[in-house]
Amino acid sequence: MFSYYLQLGLRSLRRNPVLTGLMVMAIGFGVAASMTTYSVFRATSRDPIPQKSSQLYNTQLDNWGPDRIEKGEPPQALSYKDATALLRAHKAKRQTVTYPIGVSVIPDNAGRLPIREGAYATGADFFPMFDVPFLQGGGWTLEDDEKHASVVVIAKSLNDKLFDGGQSVGKQLNLDGHLYRITGVIEDWAPQPLFFDVPNTGGFDEGAKVYVPFNRAVDLKLPNAGNNSCVAEPGEGWDNYLRSECIWLSLWSELPSKAEAETYRQYIQGYAADQQRAGRFSWAPNVKVRDVMTWLDVQHVVPKESQVSLIVSLGFLVICLVNTIGLLLAKFMRRAPEIGVRRALGASRKDIYAQFLIEAGTIGVAGGVLGLLLTGVGILGVGLVFPEPVARLAKLDPVLILLTLVVAIVASLIAAFYPTWRAAQVQPAWQLKSN
Amino acid sequence: MQIKPILSALRRHKSGTILIALQIALTLAIVCNALFIVHERVDKVNRTTGLDETNLIAVSNDYVGAPEDFTPIMKTDLQTLRSLPGVVDAYVTNSYPLRQGGWSTGVQTDPDSTKQGISTALYFGDEHALKTLGVRLIAGRNFNAGEVVTVGRQQQPGTAQVIVTKALADKVFPDGNALGKVIYLAKGKPSTIIGIIEKLTTPWIQNDFVEGDYVTIMPVMFNSSFQQFLIRTQPGQQDAVFKAVPPALYASNRMRVLPEKVGIRKFEDVRRRAYDADRGMAILMSVVCGVLLAITAAGIVGLSSFWVGQRRKQIGVRRALGARRSDILSYFMTENFLIALVGVVVGVILAVGLSQWMFTHFEMKRLSLTYVAIGVVALLALGQAAVFAPALRASRVSPVEATRSV
Repeated sequence: MFSYYLQLGLRSLRRNPVLTGLMVMAIGFGVAASMTTYSVFRATSRDPIPQKSSQLYNTQLDNWGPDRIEKGEPPQALSYKDATALLRAHKAKRQTVTYPIGVSVIPDNAGRLPIREGAYATGADFFPMFDVPFLQGGGWTLEDDEKHASVVVIAKSLNDKLFDGGQSVGKQLNLDGHLYRITGVIEDWAPQPLFFDVPNTGGFDEGAKVYVPFNRAVDLKLPNAGNNSCVAEPGEGWDNYLRSECIWLSLWSELPSKAEAETYRQYIQGYAADQQRAGRFSWAPNVKVRDVMTWLDVQHVVPKESQVSLIVSLGFLVICLVNTIGLLLAKFMRRAPEIGVRRALGASRKDIYAQFLIEAGTIGVAGGVLGLLLTGVGILGVGLVFPEPVARLAKLDPVLILLTLVVAIVASLIAAFYPTWRAAQVQPAWQLKSN
Repeated sequence: MQIKPILSALRRHKSGTILIALQIALTLAIVCNALFIVHERVDKVNRTTGLDETNLIAVSNDYVGAPEDFTPIMKTDLQTLRSLPGVVDAYVTNSYPLRQGGWSTGVQTDPDSTKQGISTALYFGDEHALKTLGVRLIAGRNFNAGEVVTVGRQQQPGTAQVIVTKALADKVFPDGNALGKVIYLAKGKPSTIIGIIEKLTTPWIQNDFVEGDYVTIMPVMFNSSFQQFLIRTQPGQQDAVFKAVPPALYASNRMRVLPEKVGIRKFEDVRRRAYDADRGMAILMSVVCGVLLAITAAGIVGLSSFWVGQRRKQIGVRRALGARRSDILSYFMTENFLIALVGVVVGVILAVGLSQWMFTHFEMKRLSLTYVAIGVVALLALGQAAVFAPALRASRVSPVEATRSV
């Protein structure tokens, strides 16, 4: 029966190519617009480190006072004083501070120009905490951190540039005139959104190619290349800066269980209370310990443009569906006499349902194929609409292809439901009489 | 007009009527919001910066190594740039309009005030800054070479002389006469306003940090490895200078990095990059509007044609009873108008509701009523245009149809 209905459906669609084309296009455009914007939304709202996102926590605490912060939200980052105090207390399985720096790599070959790279100053725990994939060697050790060692981890593309992709562990790297020993080479690792440095990147960035120990960077007074917010003048010189309430450091902690996270939160709360007692804060403790997904949500990592365009395109799909309902209704009802004859010859309502839903399903498949092509075009064109760091994340993968087809077919079946119901209600007697 | 018979006929076509009205309503809701977004973004993209953007080149430069004092090499670089053929003038700064990164600080008129002052963007420069930027000095004077001071990384700059924009001058001194007045940009450091410029915007396009065109220029050489050079070229020389700058800088000193992509840019590129997201949004919304209107029109054509086909016999009867072609034509036009009217009424409610929702969720501006009005007129006109062809076909139905049995 299925193939017979399919044949009937195809024949009917061919009888009225303009109407059929219109419906296929409506579904195709609606689905393509929704899927293209969804691909961007999906990319910007995804979990950057799914295996661990519920165990990694960012720490915030209010060192500015309720008058200087907005809506009770503590500053995005920590001051040096607080970050290092919490680091020393070591109340988590692993923890690290990070801040972005800019470094210039000076190649050994005097004929080559220096290379500017984005870099982070961080701790030894950074690499195991964030599951950073190593190609050679490994991260530096906690001992290196304590010794303020001059060590460095570089990314593959820099290793390719400097050492033609060869073994470089143990070799020296010259950064702005200071020598560092390479302990490991990682892949060009930059989880998107770049959760551990949202304040400075907005979440989408190529990531860094160089990582150096935090203690070493502070010794060398390597300036913070990211946002630096102060509520009072820090005073002259690096030491005053470290003593100031300027915020510039992110602190991340690995807390494998909810219980540990709660204990940690209480510790931070207690720390802030101590500061209040000591007279440094004249306000009640205001601390936030958030896991990766909560942190990304609070920081509004998903661009407003992405959300608005997704909503508008979903509205667009709904209109296309309403349009298709109307056209299908017209098409099916025009065949009322034919339905009357079929019904009079013994076809049940169920048969009519099957016949017309199959016809609508064919439109859905055609619309889905068109939608898929247009989604492909749309994703190529995403770069025209969204900034490059976001646009490059939108990809047409098997999941999206499947989703596009499913959405198209489901949408056309939903659209077909009412017209089919009307078709099945056709009274055979009435139709036969009027003819 | 024959409205009553139309209404009673529509009552027998409830579903089709509702579908067309619904489609018009939804289309109106989306189209006027989308058009409003387009308008808002285009407005933003077309905002002027106050500087003469033609023949301007921006260089982003990072010195390598860590000398105590970067100013000698900065001065050498300025000499190199100013002596290049085709260059009118050049200066070195921390930031400029549309750069999307820079400094802001609070302005105080009372040295002891602890309140948060009016926020102003802070640009550094020397006596060449105004000429290079191409901004107009409307009161007072330019800096002179002797006033330029060196400021270190951790210092809060507060020079004895500053030049401010008219917007900032008027904001801080609403009575006028800002020229010659003293303001405080750093605690304990008075700055005299020696000049007022017509207009200059902040480095940010969002105005997150600074509310208006509040800009202060200080005669400062900032002692840091990261510097921005701005270069004004003679007309027609921009390309030549653009090519000549990197080799000239490297020849003068190779221990520097001009980063990929942003190392050297014509100001057109700075502007394009700054407004990427806004332009994209405008394009996307325009495309959505266009396709949406086309699909709605096609839907109306489709359904109306179906109705005409269904009613050929009735049309024939009316014609046989003496109705003229124009009567039939106007019947279908009026019918569509009535349906569209219901659609736009519902649509206006939906449009305002959607706008309100986006306002609360995405901090977007509220829809202006002009756009609702434009949308209403556009959709009524679209409906009439779309129904015209089927209506015309209906009017050509011959009276003979009345006698046919099918």
